[in-house]
Amino acid sequence: MPIEVEVVSRVRQLYHTDRADMVIIPGSEGEMGVLPNHTPLLTTLAFGELRIVEGEDIVSFVVYGGVVEIRPHKVIVLADEAESGYDLNLQEIEAARDRARELMAHAPAGEQRAQIAQELRRTELAAKVHRRVQSRPQQRIRTLEDADE
Amino acid sequence: MATTREIKRRINSVKNINQVTRALEAVSASAVRKSQAAVLASRPYAQHAYDVLVNVAAQHTGLAPHPLLQVSPTVQQIGVVLITGDRGLAGAYNSNIVRRATRFVEHYGYPTRWITIGRKGRDLIRRWIAVQQDKDTAPAFLKQQEIVAEFSYLPADPDLGDIAEIAHIVFDEFLRVPVDEIFIAYTNFINTVTQQPRVLPLLPLRPFEARSAEILELVEPEPEVRHRGRDYIYEPSAQAILDEVVPRFTELQILQAIRESLSSEHSARMLAMRNASESAESLSEDLQLEFNKVRQLGITSEILDIIGGVEALKQSDG
Repeated sequence: MPIEVEVVSRVRQLYHTDRADMVIIPGSEGEMGVLPNHTPLLTTLAFGELRIVEGEDIVSFVVYGGVVEIRPHKVIVLADEAESGYDLNLQEIEAARDRARELMAHAPAGEQRAQIAQELRRTELAAKVHRRVQSRPQQRIRTLEDADE
Repeated sequence: MATTREIKRRINSVKNINQVTRALEAVSASAVRKSQAAVLASRPYAQHAYDVLVNVAAQHTGLAPHPLLQVSPTVQQIGVVLITGDRGLAGAYNSNIVRRATRFVEHYGYPTRWITIGRKGRDLIRRWIAVQQDKDTAPAFLKQQEIVAEFSYLPADPDLGDIAEIAHIVFDEFLRVPVDEIFIAYTNFINTVTQQPRVLPLLPLRPFEARSAEILELVEPEPEVRHRGRDYIYEPSAQAILDEVVPRFTELQILQAIRESLSSEHSARMLAMRNASESAESLSEDLQLEFNKVRQLGITSEILDIIGGVEALKQSDG
C-alpha cells in the first residue's frame, strides 16, 4: 500500500500525492527513509532535501526546518520554508551564496553573523540539491496540479 | 434661486466625486479577490500544525508545558491585538471593530495593554483612552489602558516576514511583561457584504478547552481532532516539537487574522464606495433636472422680454 504524502510550507501547499513508495526525510536527528507501515513518529526537520519516491519518479524539495508527522500510511511535512527542487534557479542561488560569503569575510558579529551563516547554509544546500536534481537521469517535473488529476 | 452657472458647477463637482468613488470601488474589488486567495493559502499548514499540537499535548499532560501554553492562575492584566485599516472611506469597518474591542475590554474588566495594527485603530483607541481618563465615573481598570506598540502601513499582501515583528512583541508581552492573557480583535470575512468583528483568545494557547474551537475558527471553519491518543515516537523530544509548533502556530493565527481583516476592509470599502457612487449619480440627476428648469425659466423670461420689446416698438411706430 503506497503512502500519502503532503508537503505544506507556512505560506502554501506545495505537493500532495497518494502513491509514494518511499519518503526520504532530512530529520534533525539524521536522514531517514520512510516506507509504508512506519510506526507513528514526529520529528523536527533540518535543512535538507526531501525526496518522495513514486515508482520511477523522484520528486524533490528543499526544506528549511519544520516538523514531520509520520503515520503508517501518511506523511505530513510541515516545513518552515520549502521550494520544489525543480524550481531552483542556480544563478540566483550562486549570487546569494557569493554575497553571503563576502559578508562573512567581513567577520560580522552577534545576530547578524547568525543570519549570514544561516543564509550561507541555505544557499549551499540549495546549490547542492540543484546539482543532484540535475544529474538524476529520470527528470519528470511534477507539480501539485499533476497530482490532483 | 440659483443661477445656471452655480448649478452647473455643482453638477461638475458631484460628477468628479462620482469618478473618484468609482475608481476606489474598482480598486477594492480587485483587492478583495487577491486577499481572498491569501486567506486560503496558509490554512493547510495551520490545520496540520494544530493537529500535531493537539496530539502532543494529549499524550504529555505531565510534560513541563511550553511557556506559551502556560495558563496563569489569576489574571492581572491583559493584552489586546487590534487589527484595523490604515485608511478610512470603508464605511463602518474601522469603528465596528474598535467598538467591539473596547466593549470587550469594558466587560472583561482588566487593565489592558493594546497592540494596534493599522493607523485608524491607533487613533480611535487613543481617543477612547483619553475619554476614559477624563471620565470621573470610569472604574480604575479603564484608567489603566495603554497602547504599547503600534504598526501601520503593512504591505498589501503581508506574509510571515512582515508580521515577525508583531509576533515578537506579542510573545514578549506574554513571556516577559506580566500580561496573563492576550486577545486578538479582528474582522472575520464572511462574504463581500457581511463581515463580522470579533475578539478571540490568542495566548495562552489552550489546545483542549472549548474556547480553543474558536481559536481554530481563525484557520478552519470546522475543527476536527482525529486519531487522538496514538502513541508517537518523538525525535529529538516532545518538547522540541512543541517548541517548533507552538510559536509557529501563534504567528500563523496572527497572520490569518490580518488577512481576514484585509479582505473585510476591502469589501467594506468596495460596498461603501458603491453606495457613494449611487448617491452621487442620483444627486447629479436631481441637479441636472433643476438646471434644466432654471434654464427654461431663463429662456421663457427672455422671450417675454423680447415680445414685450416688439410690442412697445409697434406701439411707438403706430
